[in-house]
Amino acid sequence: MTSTRVVVTGLGATSPVGGDVKTTWDALLAGRSGIRHLDDEWVEQLPVKIGGRVAVDPSEVLERVKARRLDRASQFAMVAADQAWADAGLEGSGLEPERLSVSLASGIGGVTTLLSNYDTLLEKGARRVSPLAVPMLMPNAPAANVSLKYGARGAVHAPTSACASGNEAIAMAIDLIRLGRADVVLAGGTEAAMHPLPMAAFANMMALSKTGTDDDRDPASVSRPWDVARDGFVLGEGGAVLVLESEESANARGAHIYATVLGAGISNDAHDIAQPDPEGRGGTRAIQMALREGDVDPATVVHVNAHATSTPKGDIAEGLMLHTVLGSHVDQCVVTSTKSMTGHLLGGAGALEAVATVMALQDRTSPPTINLDDKDPEVDLDIPTSARTLPDGDIVALNNSFGFGGANVAVAFGSAS
Amino acid sequence: MATTEEIRADLAEIVNEVAGIDADDVQLDKSFVDDLDVDSLSMVEVVVAAEEKFGVTIPDDEVKNLKTVGDAVAFIERAQD
Repeated sequence: MTSTRVVVTGLGATSPVGGDVKTTWDALLAGRSGIRHLDDEWVEQLPVKIGGRVAVDPSEVLERVKARRLDRASQFAMVAADQAWADAGLEGSGLEPERLSVSLASGIGGVTTLLSNYDTLLEKGARRVSPLAVPMLMPNAPAANVSLKYGARGAVHAPTSACASGNEAIAMAIDLIRLGRADVVLAGGTEAAMHPLPMAAFANMMALSKTGTDDDRDPASVSRPWDVARDGFVLGEGGAVLVLESEESANARGAHIYATVLGAGISNDAHDIAQPDPEGRGGTRAIQMALREGDVDPATVVHVNAHATSTPKGDIAEGLMLHTVLGSHVDQCVVTSTKSMTGHLLGGAGALEAVATVMALQDRTSPPTINLDDKDPEVDLDIPTSARTLPDGDIVALNNSFGFGGANVAVAFGSAS
Repeated sequence: MATTEEIRADLAEIVNEVAGIDADDVQLDKSFVDDLDVDSLSMVEVVVAAEEKFGVTIPDDEVKNLKTVGDAVAFIERAQD
């Protein structure tokens, strides 16, 4: 390992609970949900009628002509990248374009562009298919468009590992800096899969919760990680970008350092294409790898932003992982799932939750997990139901993401000194 | 039959929608590439939208001859006859 230290110097996000990092973070601390009844007309034919649309539509932020050349997933990425770039103070910083990279993922890619062009093909013929369809729908479109906007001439990656994609993009960004391939990386994830086809598919595989759709239940109460009444995730949309930077570069330009990045772990279950390993062995190895890479004492891990999507099996497996890795220290660790408020952003989840993890370290406060009315007796974790203060001193927080295909990614962040 | 001015105005709306150019700037003597900054992919979008709007067919081979807004309007007028 090289000794290059990596720090976080900028944050950007557009989420179901806020159009930027501040409003998102305030909403998360206050326990406000972004899950609503969807008002799209196609929702009528679906078994699921709720979701977490972004709080601020990108059309309100981006220039119209530029936005129409971007799939919605790329629009979210652009909104978040613009915020992160400005937040990090990179405008006019004189950073060499060859030392700037992008690592920006999506789980599914430009699925709405793909499917709307297919509709056009069937209804109006091949001639009407947009000449921009391929550069809009390709999985590296969000990364490539951010690279174009900011002139990033280093590596531009778009790792895909389903719901772990955003976290994997961050793990890859850490490597780019540690290997000396870049000084600054715009890293994150985005997803815009609020379309009847992926929603029907997720519903048919029993992954999405069907409650709160044809009954009187409040949509905001349906995403309920670790609660006995949980029965699947709620789909969210949005994107988040973190500016990761070598400590040397950040110090040289006097940048604000939100947190340090200690290590990342990536593993695979090789168990099932969609189901998690019920004992969470692959996730355990990913978390252990992240801690070992950062030489982290498990006793200093005081906060986890869990993957916990509100599915029956996954939430339990993650609890087992934390018990295995942290041992008796798990009692002093505040574990939360912000998906209880945002829903599941798929490829954007790991990135949005990394932003929340970093903010938790900076503000020394864990956001709550809402809707935890009756905790599953199989889960023995300290889960806050209102915002909880984290300890002083050098502390460590983990961000976990797991994805279809058996992917497990954990990233360990440390409080800024 | 649509007049030249009506075709120009409708085409200007399409160019505005696709490329964000102010519709008033889309005049007959303007070059799509040099004056209006319409790139090749945007030009394909303009052509496809124009075919739908005016009910004509503009073959790919013909597109390269449509240098100016006036060229496009003249082609559409001929094609509608």
